[in-house]
Amino acid sequence: MITLSHFIVLGAVLFCIAVAGIFINRKNVIVLLMSIELMLLAVNINFVAFSRFSGDVAGQVFVFFILTVAAAETAIGLAILTLLFRNRSTINIAEIDSMKG
Amino acid sequence: MLSWNDILILLPEIYLVAAVCVLLLMDVFIREEQRNATHWLAIAITAITGFLVVTGQPPQGLSAFGGMFVRDRVSEILSLFALISVLLVFVFSRPYLKDRKLWHGEFYVLTLFAVLGVMFLVSAGSLITIYLGLELLTLSSYALVAFNRDSRMSSEAAIKYFVLGALASGSLLYGMSMVYGATGTLDLAHLHATVAQTDMPNLLRFGLIFMIVGIAFKLGAAPFHMWLPDVYQGAPTATVTFVASASKLAAFGMAYRLLSAFGPGDLLHQWQLMLAILAVLSLVIGNLVAIVQTNIKRLLAYSTIAHMGYLLLGLVNASPSGYAAAMFYAISYALMSTVAFGVIMAMSRAGFECEEIDDFKGLNERSRWMAFLMMLAMFSLAGVPPLFGFFAKLLILKAAVDAGMMWLAIVAIVAAIVGLYYYLRVVKVMYFDKPVEGVEIKPQGDLPMRWMLSLNALALLALGLYWGPLFTWCQQAFAG
Repeated sequence: MITLSHFIVLGAVLFCIAVAGIFINRKNVIVLLMSIELMLLAVNINFVAFSRFSGDVAGQVFVFFILTVAAAETAIGLAILTLLFRNRSTINIAEIDSMKG
Repeated sequence: MLSWNDILILLPEIYLVAAVCVLLLMDVFIREEQRNATHWLAIAITAITGFLVVTGQPPQGLSAFGGMFVRDRVSEILSLFALISVLLVFVFSRPYLKDRKLWHGEFYVLTLFAVLGVMFLVSAGSLITIYLGLELLTLSSYALVAFNRDSRMSSEAAIKYFVLGALASGSLLYGMSMVYGATGTLDLAHLHATVAQTDMPNLLRFGLIFMIVGIAFKLGAAPFHMWLPDVYQGAPTATVTFVASASKLAAFGMAYRLLSAFGPGDLLHQWQLMLAILAVLSLVIGNLVAIVQTNIKRLLAYSTIAHMGYLLLGLVNASPSGYAAAMFYAISYALMSTVAFGVIMAMSRAGFECEEIDDFKGLNERSRWMAFLMMLAMFSLAGVPPLFGFFAKLLILKAAVDAGMMWLAIVAIVAAIVGLYYYLRVVKVMYFDKPVEGVEIKPQGDLPMRWMLSLNALALLALGLYWGPLFTWCQQAFAG
């Protein structure tokens, strides 16, 4: 029997993987974009699970909005990434450090 | 059911969307040398939207679309001041953008969409509206930060802003999903009513923590302030003026809408304590790190972090008078930062960014008026009487004392004294240092910009002397 807590644990695990992906990753920015996407998907799982188990449909409506906004967010992220590569010829995170202090 | 009344309540927002679409289309069809038309039309749109917001004077709390959207005095005041700061941004940034060949219609369109996001965010009645308003604001801001396409700094600032902003949105959303799970509602008014009777208090508490992390990121409160200095330094100053003014009003609006839904009760004390810790960290880190900065935009970034600390002190009070003090502070900060960044834009010209504090050396000998305006901004930011910033700080300290957090007020006063040092250093450099040989500084900018900048700076003095009516207005907003 799969209960609500299974879904919440799955959501939490995905969320942790995403946060770890953002903080541990020192290689390139595309992985960051993937992590961000994963984070939003973890949220979606939470919303759908809560919505399904409480019988309230509002949570699933929220998921549609999150999916749409996530697409827009990725589009802007990739656009900035292209810009970054054109200006610096690298997307290595360790090299993006010209501002400090 | 959708009713005509709902549309009328949303009229300023609907007008803004329609007008921005027209602006975008018009800009595509006009020639490069007719760009002034876009400029003035954008200013007219902002002014008309502001007019609609003010004339739509609602009685306390009108809601539309089944409670998704709330139009009350709070949203009215915050929207109005966000529109005023956008108007100032438009007037100040035209010469700056022209000099750098960045004067495109997209700047106006993106800024207006961002302010639309601000208006939705401060009038949100549901978690969905909060999220959508926030994303409209931040997605437009990412594009604005990257606006200088050929600058290495600008794209670096944009990617940092994007990654950390997305992380903040993710954290906020994760918190929202837990709050939804614990209470079964997305509506903020309903949430307020049911939050005490949840049978999953731990889930709710977890959700609250994640949401506060998201809010702190958006405010730029320490220890979630990492993006702020880089964005301020790397982004075009025109964008920074917007991010420092209208976005901060929006962040306050979001914090108020979300947090006020979690009281009164056990949760109230928990978020009060969390905000108090954030406030202390922001005050200490912001003021101490600002001392060692040599770049004025970076200095103002750390000063923003410190100011967000003061703003949080008002929220910690969590009573109508505390919220009123925090809103008053957010408004004062927005108006002060537009002056400071306006002067920076006025001093820059093609091929020369007036960004180092040393660039301001001997400004008084070159341009007495510009030096005077910058001095007003610095004194107001530092909280020197009788300027606007002083009374804003005073009311915030009063709110902290009323909340029974004397220690917080003491930390804030010590922080303000430390802060005085680096603001006064800028004034000292302008008035008592000799200008650097070979560096020609003289104020640029066109006539409308100089007039508006002077008006904005003198408003700091005027509002410092007559702060009563504005504060009464803020108090009335939360009284109902």
